[in-house]
Amino acid sequence: MATTKIYVPRETAAISIGADDVAIAIARQAKVEGASIELIRNGSWGATWLEPLVEVVVDDKRIAYGNVEASDVADLFAAGFLAGGEHAKWLGPTIEIPYLVDQDRWTFWRCGLIDPLSIDDFRAHHGFKALEKAFDMGADAVIDAVKISGLRGRGGAGFPAGIKWQTVADAAGDQKYIACNADEGDSGTFSDRILMEGDPLGLIEGMMIAGYTVGASRGYIYLRSEYPLTHSILTRAITMARESGWLGKNIQGSGFDFDVELHLGAGSYVCGEETAMLESLEGKQGIVRYKPPLPAIEGLFGKPTVVNNVVTLASVGNIMNLGGEKYASFGVNRSKGTLAFQLAGNIKRGGMVEKAFGITLRELIEDWGGGTASGRPVKAVQVGGPLGAYIPAEQLDTPLDYEAFIEIGAMVGHGGIVVFDDTADMAQQARFAMEFCAIESCGKCTPCRIGSTRGVEVIDRMVAGDQREDNYDLLVELCDTMEGASLCAMGGMTPFPVRSVLKYFAEDFSPAVGVDE
Amino acid sequence: MTYEAFNKQAATEIIAGFGSRAEMLVQILHGFIAKFGWISEDAIRQLADELNLSRAEVHGVVSYYHDFRTSPPGRHIVKICQAEACQAMGGRKLSAHAASALGVDMHSSNEDVTLEPVYCLGNCACSPAVMIDGKTFGRVTTDRFDDIVASLGESG
Repeated sequence: MATTKIYVPRETAAISIGADDVAIAIARQAKVEGASIELIRNGSWGATWLEPLVEVVVDDKRIAYGNVEASDVADLFAAGFLAGGEHAKWLGPTIEIPYLVDQDRWTFWRCGLIDPLSIDDFRAHHGFKALEKAFDMGADAVIDAVKISGLRGRGGAGFPAGIKWQTVADAAGDQKYIACNADEGDSGTFSDRILMEGDPLGLIEGMMIAGYTVGASRGYIYLRSEYPLTHSILTRAITMARESGWLGKNIQGSGFDFDVELHLGAGSYVCGEETAMLESLEGKQGIVRYKPPLPAIEGLFGKPTVVNNVVTLASVGNIMNLGGEKYASFGVNRSKGTLAFQLAGNIKRGGMVEKAFGITLRELIEDWGGGTASGRPVKAVQVGGPLGAYIPAEQLDTPLDYEAFIEIGAMVGHGGIVVFDDTADMAQQARFAMEFCAIESCGKCTPCRIGSTRGVEVIDRMVAGDQREDNYDLLVELCDTMEGASLCAMGGMTPFPVRSVLKYFAEDFSPAVGVDE
Repeated sequence: MTYEAFNKQAATEIIAGFGSRAEMLVQILHGFIAKFGWISEDAIRQLADELNLSRAEVHGVVSYYHDFRTSPPGRHIVKICQAEACQAMGGRKLSAHAASALGVDMHSSNEDVTLEPVYCLGNCACSPAVMIDGKTFGRVTTDRFDDIVASLGESG
């Protein structure tokens, strides 16, 4: 009897709602029925609302079943699941799922598709082809391609990646480093995690290309400790790459040496800031450094260092394979290529949608997301994490474009989109922005360390109706100080969500607005 | 989760596993937390000795990071996400429920359980999210929370 391939994601979100139990139930049921199956634990396609999304390969076609629970498994087998049989949970061929069809899957195209922990499967899907191409092209041509692509840092700051690489390549130094920022701390973001769990070798390949290009022989991944499954997947991927000669000395006879060390963060949000991350990688308190010197000149252990986000590095593979011009043909204005938008919070169809820049918030939230999970009207959308503005429903037609967002006092950031319905108390959200800053401030600069605590107090007085107008002025002044005088984005951008609440949701500071706790 | 009482030999092994390099301090502390559950004064003293750092330097790192608790945890560690995506889906209510159901306040422990806040588990499309003994759970209603906690009791 032929062996049937079945895919069940080994991915944090899918497992958080039962994927492991489903995998166990499938293995058990197959045994009971004497069916021969091969269970592959893939990454997620990003359609999180359909997880656990189980796929069966029938005539080389992957047939999907959505929201599968362990208790469905016996029933699925009875319905001829191994032959792609009809069932209430049947979705049809995976590649025809509307949520996935209309995406621009450039960087995440292997996520869900392959077995993340198989070098062979990775190789069968263009794996390490981009690295080989980089070897052929030479370092200068790689930097040119990255520049032409218009790729900007996907971690949030949006700095052109090619210019950063050029700076490190040009810097003098016997030792240089690639430091991958995998401290995905912004609420509402999980695309780094989906990539690392679904295509860890794709990230490693991106780091190798960066290392080859700038002359670095060592790479570090700084992974947040809140991602234990990601840690175990990355650890195994690094080991596999070493064992198969894709990391280490003289990689595949190229003469290029490169190895990767995986470090865990320890629950500090500010360690997502690049210089705090470098301090933490050196085993110290994650306190922000003064800039200059830029990390590209004096970074990790004082050496020239490329600090790039996971998605930035993982994007390079495709830029190599398809060319910088092709990548730059996607997107709008100075926002080139694609971004993996993450639909989160109060949303009916949450998940990750990779699209070219220029799509509007409304398209993402309504067409992909299906509106709020509660079915109530959208009140506010926070884009770009806890330092991002709360955007009112009237501005949902804003296109996702770095500059267009700056124009409305917001930021695209890492592409996280957190939706709130009309029951949200926005004064409470403004208070949380200040409170979060007070909890997470590294403490080096005064506006951030003290300003955030004072901000909480002032908002509490406003909500209590205590001299509201005077306190309003004081809060605005405090925001000015934090924005203008903080050392990094933590204190410097905490005012963004606060100001947006003052501007668009001032009525929520009325004492009549209840507290939902 | 079961932890060993702090002992010098096990600590030395963990430190040596990271090449006794001072720049691995954050990683070594994770090793200590996994083995002993918390960072004691004795642990700080030994780290300072073996990594050639001052006790103040080690203490500074331990106290800087949320992950490095300095008192023994309960048998189970429950972390509830406090960040915006979970707030949008009733996270505040879930936190309050967890504290009353478990009988401990946030940031505190009893013999059975430690309750801690966490700022994002990256499970924001399945909010609200919690992490229990290192395992992430999504779409956690108050009822589902009670069920998960009850199943912990069964497994000890």
